Amino acid sequence: MRLSITLALAGALLAVGTAGANDTKSGGSFASPNRFVQDDGEALYKSICQGCHMPDGKGAQGAGAYPALATNPNLEAGAYPVTLVVNGNRAMPGFGGVLDDAQVAAVVNYVRTHFGNSYEDPVQPAEVHDARPAKH
Amino acid sequence: MVEDASRYSRRRLLSMIGATAGASVMYQAASSLGFAAESPYRGPVKLEGSPKGASVLILGAGVAGLAAALELTKAGYKVQVLEYREKPGGRSWTLRGGDRYAELGGATQEVGFDQGQYLNPGPWRIPYHHHAVLDYCHRLGVALEPFTQVNYNALVHARDAFGGKPQRYRTVAADFQGQVAELLAKVTNKGALDGAVTKEDQEILLEALREWGALEKDLSFRPGEACSQRRGYVKDPGGGLSGVPEHSKPVALGDLLKSGLWRSIGIGAGYEFQTTLFQPVGGMDQIPRAMAKALGEGVITYNAKVTAIRQTGGGVTVTWADGAKPGTTRTASADWCLCTIPLSVLSQIDKDVSPAMDAAINAVPYHASVKVGLQFKRRFWEQDEGIYGGISYTDLPITLISYPAFGYGSPGKGVLLGAYSWGPYAYEFTALPPEERVRRAVEFGAEIHPQYKAEFETGVAVGWHRVPWTLGCFGAWTEESRAEHYKNLCAIDGRLLLAGEHASYLPAWQEGAILSALDAVTRLHQRVVSL
Repeated sequence: MRLSITLALAGALLAVGTAGANDTKSGGSFASPNRFVQDDGEALYKSICQGCHMPDGKGAQGAGAYPALATNPNLEAGAYPVTLVVNGNRAMPGFGGVLDDAQVAAVVNYVRTHFGNSYEDPVQPAEVHDARPAKH
Repeated sequence: MVEDASRYSRRRLLSMIGATAGASVMYQAASSLGFAAESPYRGPVKLEGSPKGASVLILGAGVAGLAAALELTKAGYKVQVLEYREKPGGRSWTLRGGDRYAELGGATQEVGFDQGQYLNPGPWRIPYHHHAVLDYCHRLGVALEPFTQVNYNALVHARDAFGGKPQRYRTVAADFQGQVAELLAKVTNKGALDGAVTKEDQEILLEALREWGALEKDLSFRPGEACSQRRGYVKDPGGGLSGVPEHSKPVALGDLLKSGLWRSIGIGAGYEFQTTLFQPVGGMDQIPRAMAKALGEGVITYNAKVTAIRQTGGGVTVTWADGAKPGTTRTASADWCLCTIPLSVLSQIDKDVSPAMDAAINAVPYHASVKVGLQFKRRFWEQDEGIYGGISYTDLPITLISYPAFGYGSPGKGVLLGAYSWGPYAYEFTALPPEERVRRAVEFGAEIHPQYKAEFETGVAVGWHRVPWTLGCFGAWTEESRAEHYKNLCAIDGRLLLAGEHASYLPAWQEGAILSALDAVTRLHQRVVSL
């Protein structure tokens, strides 16, 4: 069924993207309206981060900019990207409510070891837990 | 007075206020007591008194900036507007055939819609009580037509309900209401409400439930004329010998509850979605186009990217990059500056503002949202399914399918809103390349309308975090951030003040953007005339 739909549509579209529905490392899993379920850092990057920071991690420039994550020295201390992903920063929304500690650690570790970054000290889920705002 | 007020009924208190203090005081009192919660718009702003030659530089030619420009010009100010885009409107935007849309990251879509077809990627409906937007439409001659929110013959769908088969809004609404009424009638007759409702009122309640739920005389909801008059017939009444109607049968309450489809039948009851809603004929951008036209030539400078906002005692100087001549930087100065730039962008601009306003500008994240417009070779939703306008809701990642509220019965093509999603689904759509967003929207939609497969022609997809002039859909205030920062965001800061949907209690709505602009220019004018 799914295959036949894809084939029927392929000719009508400019190009069929690289993301396949069954590829766990790709985006577009659309598993839940309320949170992300992927546990793989690359899959999470491709489902969330690349919407703004772009597939190559180089960011983008319009009336305002999305900063590049590629070869970004601000990623050296793992706590910094952890805090940004959990709590957001300025216009960037926080994802603490839709990602658990292990997911945040996974996506941060993916970014810190890709796009020209090679920080080999992975952040741990416990560090993510500590970055969450204290419960009242 | 405070102590005494508790002795009066609210209605009696209001009549006293109305008798002694005039209608406007009564209106304010009514609002604070929870009645009459309407838009505060009370007609065009009246900026009386001379601005004494003062000038205002407005940043952004969305509906907030345009409304402010119109009112300040009328009041005698020297007004100039800088706009990042090549045309007015900002998020009030319509995509038509022949348009090219390049999103952040560079992916470019050529919109392939036929003439007369369009997608409103941003605002797309105007509630009847958005008086400010409607007043500008009326004054500027923007033609409106009804936008259909609730269509009883549209569909409600959940993947795990009824084998994935879409149900009619009409039958789900009728069955839910009818069976809730029947249950309540039963417990009433068993005496379960005896403590809460008098015997006399219980009689009235039972009569009301019979009417409200389309119950039979014995207070049951079951196949028959009353029931079919709500949920429809298996065979509609016809004429002559073949016209005998055949009654339909309600879905069992348990199946309905477990389906979750009851979630989709209350949306149109919300204040912002109650009949009547409107849309501009031909696309939402008719509003900013009419506003810009009324402003006249030479007031708005397009392709102007603001890079710095400096306050110098008696005025404001803004530096901007001229997109018409890349590499060229220019400045514009005025006595005052009204900035409507989205906070997602403004937070990145070099500027002189107080620490309190700076903290407010930095306190508002921007929501993800996605819309996908799909053109089909024929209007199968009308021809095959009798769906004329309105919205079908689904738990698929597309969230809804909205049918065009114009061109009914036309033999030609039509464009559906094939996805309108928020939250994680919107992030996931945005993270995909545009053509993949379209492909997915078609694939999901085909689960509701199998005709998609044969009839789909072309589509366009807008993920709002990729929109170059906003970097997001709208400002996401929380109760906490609003309590801490909202007043500081709206305050006049030296020679600068802000407007836009982010400076309103109507986030994302054009009404909020315009009301914030009118509030800002009113306060600015008071300041100017009192100097």
